[in-house]
Amino acid sequence: MTTLLIFIIVLFVAVAMWQMVKIFDLAQVGASNNQVATDKDNRFNGYMMIAFLIFIYAITIASFMYLGDLPLTSNSASEHGPGLDSLMIISMVVIFIVQTITQFLLHYFAYKYKGEKGRKALFYADNNTLEAIWTVIPVIVLAGLIIYGLFTWNDIMNVDESDDPMVVELYAQQFNWKARYGGEDNVLGKANVRLIDLDKANILGVDEDDPNAQDDVVVTELHLPKGRPVLFKMRSQDVLHSAYMPHFRAQMNCVPGMVTQFSFTPTVTTAEMRQNPDIQEKVENINALRLERKAEIEEAGQDLLYQFDYLLLCNKICGKSHYNMQMKIVVETQEEFDAWMKEQKTFENSLLD
Amino acid sequence: MSATAETHVHDDHDVHHHKETFVTKYIFSQDHKMIAKQYLITGVIIMGIIGIMMSLMIRMQIAWPEQPNVIFEALLGKWAPDGVMDADIYLALVTIHGTIMVFFVLTAGLSGTFSNLLIPLQIGARDMASGFLNMISYWLFFLSCVIMILSFFVEAGPAAAGWTIYPPLSALPMAQGGSGMGMTLWLVSMAIFIASSLLGSLNYVVTVINLRTKGMSMTRLPLTIWAFFVTAIIGVVSFPVLLSAALLLIMDRSFGTSFFLSDIFIQGEVLHYQGGSPVLFEHLFWFLGHPEVYIVLLPALGITSEIIATNSRKPIFGYRAMVASILAIAFLSTIVWGHHMFISGMNPFLGSVFTFTTLLIAIPSAVKAFNYITTLWKGNLQMNPAMLFSIGLVSTFITGGLTGIILGDSALDINVHDTYFVVAHFHLVMGISALYGVFAGVYHWFPRMFGRMMNKNLGYLHFWITAICAYGVFFPMHFIGMAGLPRRYYTNSNFPLFDDTTNAQGVITIFALIAGVAQLVFLYNFVVSIFYGKKAEQNPWKSNTLEWTAPVEHMHGNWPGAIPHVYRWPYDYSKPGHDEDFVPQNVPMKDGEEELQH
Repeated sequence: MTTLLIFIIVLFVAVAMWQMVKIFDLAQVGASNNQVATDKDNRFNGYMMIAFLIFIYAITIASFMYLGDLPLTSNSASEHGPGLDSLMIISMVVIFIVQTITQFLLHYFAYKYKGEKGRKALFYADNNTLEAIWTVIPVIVLAGLIIYGLFTWNDIMNVDESDDPMVVELYAQQFNWKARYGGEDNVLGKANVRLIDLDKANILGVDEDDPNAQDDVVVTELHLPKGRPVLFKMRSQDVLHSAYMPHFRAQMNCVPGMVTQFSFTPTVTTAEMRQNPDIQEKVENINALRLERKAEIEEAGQDLLYQFDYLLLCNKICGKSHYNMQMKIVVETQEEFDAWMKEQKTFENSLLD
Repeated sequence: MSATAETHVHDDHDVHHHKETFVTKYIFSQDHKMIAKQYLITGVIIMGIIGIMMSLMIRMQIAWPEQPNVIFEALLGKWAPDGVMDADIYLALVTIHGTIMVFFVLTAGLSGTFSNLLIPLQIGARDMASGFLNMISYWLFFLSCVIMILSFFVEAGPAAAGWTIYPPLSALPMAQGGSGMGMTLWLVSMAIFIASSLLGSLNYVVTVINLRTKGMSMTRLPLTIWAFFVTAIIGVVSFPVLLSAALLLIMDRSFGTSFFLSDIFIQGEVLHYQGGSPVLFEHLFWFLGHPEVYIVLLPALGITSEIIATNSRKPIFGYRAMVASILAIAFLSTIVWGHHMFISGMNPFLGSVFTFTTLLIAIPSAVKAFNYITTLWKGNLQMNPAMLFSIGLVSTFITGGLTGIILGDSALDINVHDTYFVVAHFHLVMGISALYGVFAGVYHWFPRMFGRMMNKNLGYLHFWITAICAYGVFFPMHFIGMAGLPRRYYTNSNFPLFDDTTNAQGVITIFALIAGVAQLVFLYNFVVSIFYGKKAEQNPWKSNTLEWTAPVEHMHGNWPGAIPHVYRWPYDYSKPGHDEDFVPQNVPMKDGEEELQH
């Protein structure tokens, strides 16, 4: 790959230099060689403008064809996800229409009115009606998007405590995640980094004297029951992190010194998501690519074949291993979740003496 | 007022016929044209080369992660053992690339070059209000450049907390190698930079207000000057806030205060900090950080307005609307900073407010885009390289600006925040657009600066390769972002979730490398034309503004005789009743000729 890279660079430098020298030689000859655009230049660049317009459309179409399956605009795994996705799709459609029209006008005019000697441009300095039109249209479109967006935002951010959400703490540190459940009473025990006691394995700084803390459960893999609202309370012990759960359309920063929160309801279990045809296609694509890099992947000690899992990613630059800070999320049925929870040690029992 | 100022400066000029030595002419120059060239060469050319080379290394690492690369080995030395880039230096490259491009190239380089060159020449002044402050401003900038570059030679590496340097990562040396001496140098460099920027901005504001020639009312100012003037005001309003944030951060780092830090446990010990909040830093940072986007963009838009009108041989469409939208953008830019913080943990209600103000700013931006397009309509377009870059700017401004509708919407931001979608958005709308503004400005005013012409054919080559590659790099990047890939990841190959973005990353990097090489065409054209370019006529583009009435030869005071008076606005192109298709501002009105009410 490196050789290829160097080859490409050398090639382009060579071509560029050759072109430059050639053109510069031409430029030096005689005073007739004007450096201001002539009719010929105007024509050439006018045609190039149309070619460029086609290029913009082509790269748009190519991106949708080859990368169109990448965007997370469907198959969300949370209750608020579909609403957010449809807002995204509507915004994209608006953008796409405006982009197509304005780029056309810009480049078409640049081609149509390319300069010719002796032609005079139209002296046209102002038109209040026109300007009013293109002020009012964006106002209306944006007003619609703002109102729709704000309703969606309020819907997502308002935590309804009456739903009896399961409270889960997401705890970030360089460079891993922990999750803490409230246990039987669904109440998180008090915690502060000043109470961290590594000798007793109290790594989250949970208050050992708080009665609510005794049944808390600290884990390194996040399990969520399907259909129950989850209220995440985020903490960080060192620097800023961001808990990003793209499949659930959820993200919130973890800020040292304060507790932030985000809430959603998972609607699709990991097992169900693996059966989803779109996800299966995606996984197949990825596995085909991974087979091509077989040697490299096995050398790195990773599993060769990929199987879909939800992930919690760190999405705020947090230091050297920022890119390596994930936690697996498992969404399962209530029964599976209860069975899993039974196997976990409570905080009280996890402390070392 | 302006008349007296003019006579005063004029007299002053006649008295001092001092000899210029090499040092006063080229190094400690107080002449605005020379200072503009100094900014151009330090800020745009040298810092630009460094910034672009960093971006290419970043791109190569992303596309071919953890693979030996001779370029890394050659350029990064101990940071790339056996040619494999270290994860720490990756973050440092990301950080310094952002800092250099945003502040050094597109703030100081862009405003420093063109505000300095054009404000006195286009308003009809002998020089800046204070040539001395102007000189100090440049040399402070130079110093801050040197310190920023020196930070690469620090044992533990340069600052690596992202160009936004959010604490605690930036505040705690134990959190990251780059947060030690490297971050100290970053902060010192930025503090000096801000001082330089403030001196420059104050000078621009005072000059535009006080030193306009007779007849140059505010409504006859070229849009370039309007843009530089308003940009300088935004700078004066917002840069001091960044300075205070930087000072408080220095206090937290070195003197044990807790402005931004609280409850931290790191490397096995609890730190004493209590009661501060990183969110406060985010507010302070983005109070500058968002206006900064417009500090970068507005001068580029001003340059474009001038170049599009001149080369379309048409008045700029909707002069008043253009000025109004510059003012509206400037005002709104100071009340939208929270859209960088929707998921920072601040109250969601604030998110709603900032969504509202943010989407409002799309309205004046849309007006500007439509006015540019209408200016082209029925024009007689002279496709000079500067014109191509200006049209290119409008194109990337639209493409990049539109995705702002998604990022400005708090609900949608949840899932694309800090992904490659953001990277694609801001590179197009402010990075590429502003860079096109710089290129357009250099091609257009090169004859004014150096008395020679740049080669147009090389200009065409430069533009078309750059234009194609800019879309090739940033258009597919939106899709990678929407797939959820976070930015600032050293590599995403340690887990398979994003493996299907690998091919797109490779294509993007190849486009980026080609774009990088294409800049050599510009560099060659620029350097060689300074010495061997065709001698320029006085007004090669047949432009209306005053800078083209001054002689080509370098001279103090700009005009050998009296300063020209102004009788009309700068956009009388193809005006009926005139033989030529341009009427310079210093041509008196004909009998019965009507001035448009602007």
